[in-house]
Amino acid sequence: MHSSIVRALVALLFIAVPLIAQETPRGVRIGLTYDAGTKPGVVVLPGRGVGSDSVRAILQRDLDLGDRVNVIVLDGRALADAGVAASPSWPVLARLGAAAAVQVTPTAAGLHLAVYDIAKQTTALVRDYPTPMMSDARAWRAQVHGLADDLEEAITGTRGISRTRVLFERAKRIWVVDSDGEQMMPVTEVSTPLSPAWHPNGTMIAFSTYVPAQIILHDLTTGRSRALVGGNGVYISPVFTPDGASVVYAHGTDDGTDIYTAAIAGGGGRQLSVGRGSDNVSPTFSPDGRRIAFTSGRAGHPEIYTMDADGTNVDLLTPLEFGENAHRASPDWSPDGRSIAFQSQIGPTFQVMTISLRDRSLKQLTSDGRNEYPSWAPDGRHLVFVSDRSGVKQLWVLDVETGRTRQLTRGAAVRLPAWSPRLSN
Amino acid sequence: MIRRPAVLFLALFLTIGGLGACRRKVQPDPTPLPATTVDGVAQRRADSITAATAARRRADSLAALGSSAGDAQRAQRELTQSLTQRIYFDYDRDQLRDDARAALDAKAVVLIANPAVSLTITGHTDERGTAEYNLALGQKRAAQAKRYLETKGVVGARLNTQSLGDSQPASTGTDEGSYQQNRRAEFEVQHGGALMPPRP
Repeated sequence: MHSSIVRALVALLFIAVPLIAQETPRGVRIGLTYDAGTKPGVVVLPGRGVGSDSVRAILQRDLDLGDRVNVIVLDGRALADAGVAASPSWPVLARLGAAAAVQVTPTAAGLHLAVYDIAKQTTALVRDYPTPMMSDARAWRAQVHGLADDLEEAITGTRGISRTRVLFERAKRIWVVDSDGEQMMPVTEVSTPLSPAWHPNGTMIAFSTYVPAQIILHDLTTGRSRALVGGNGVYISPVFTPDGASVVYAHGTDDGTDIYTAAIAGGGGRQLSVGRGSDNVSPTFSPDGRRIAFTSGRAGHPEIYTMDADGTNVDLLTPLEFGENAHRASPDWSPDGRSIAFQSQIGPTFQVMTISLRDRSLKQLTSDGRNEYPSWAPDGRHLVFVSDRSGVKQLWVLDVETGRTRQLTRGAAVRLPAWSPRLSN
Repeated sequence: MIRRPAVLFLALFLTIGGLGACRRKVQPDPTPLPATTVDGVAQRRADSITAATAARRRADSLAALGSSAGDAQRAQRELTQSLTQRIYFDYDRDQLRDDARAALDAKAVVLIANPAVSLTITGHTDERGTAEYNLALGQKRAAQAKRYLETKGVVGARLNTQSLGDSQPASTGTDEGSYQQNRRAEFEVQHGGALMPPRP
């Protein structure tokens, strides 16, 4: 009698969990059981239907590149043992060290996602995703990347960065590439572009040109461009304010280069920094928009400084020492606001470093070849940067927690990467 | 004594030759001085003084040219070379070295003798440093050259400045010799006809 009641309750639970999970709002963690301090093991089970293998491959790769879960790749026999016909084979998956199993099945309406909690032997999450047609490869991949980010958030509590892209300059054009290295394509046709930067909503970019000297705004949705500011001298290193309403950039004349701001709506530029003839370039905002870090040569060689967003309260950040003239440049404020990545001259070359804004402690992140132009991913854990370690300057991605690196681009030399915010398109 | 048809021919020749020369962008340049190093400072200073002396002599000699068709052609070449001669900078510096000042002195006398001529000064850097910082540094180098010419009496409105940063290296090597070739300012003659030699 007693055991039959328990069985009935368990059966009810199995029926109820998927229904509850379907209503789980985005951003809720499912709370897997795994050892603290280790990455949870995840098995991506094969789905059924057209395109399921492609989806599974993308998911496995995205979860792996996110560096927050341990993707357990099964061979054919192990997959058969793991079983997915009616329900996962809990004991087999548990022996493999999996905390979760994931299965995505293409349906007529889109993609059907199921996440299984191996320790609890339950279905932890079920969700359906409408997807674009397979013929639109870029949009379809973006949708799968978004699913991967949902998964990573559900499993680890931190949203992934699969649905992000990286802008960069190659052969005097601005290019964009997905965060997994796929879908690389040129964005603009204009000549001499430099320093691409993302609008916070991901639908617009800014970049500079030096012939002619101007700051260009480019709408990624319509493909249209327009000059925000320009004229004599140099206009360089634009960056959007965190509210997206203005662009902060460097403008150089015969009297030096200073940081300016201009509203996207128009009205021209307004000077922020007072460099008194020195070169002040490469602004980057703190996440709250209150401070700006930038490169300045006011002490005789480039160092990283910070100032209030209105140009006041300038403070030297990097450790200027008497008699030393190593360059420190290309700051990028981390999304969590705690540190700034930059490139520092060490001997004859450059390396990527971070400096803590709490205690100004330095951490050198690279040592192989020449490494420069760091740009944070929106998760605040990964950096993209330019390195010549392969012989040609290419984009590389670094997980700052584990030190794991991967090459993002191949081919002709590249520079000036900018990692996007999380995208919805 | 030169007869009138010969004089007219010479004048036409000089005008055509001068126009062509004025649009020419860059003439061969002397090898730049080596960059400043602790060991090379004395040698660089000596070389710089030698270069400065030679440049001043050449500026002076320009005034004495022009007595024959051959001399006139050579004068145009020399005047154009003087205007377009590159100047070079030390690493991460926009201050003018002695050799750069001498080259600018020679330009100043030609510019003053030819008020219709204007120059575009383009600052360049080597590849070290960031693209953005190098654009700013190139602008400062061009501005320093302009400022110096202004102190010599050349009206600033005749001097346009721009920067190409590290985007157009004169040498693609990654050694100090190549870097020195790339840390430069270039001068392009924008307007004007035949160049008149400066008055002695």
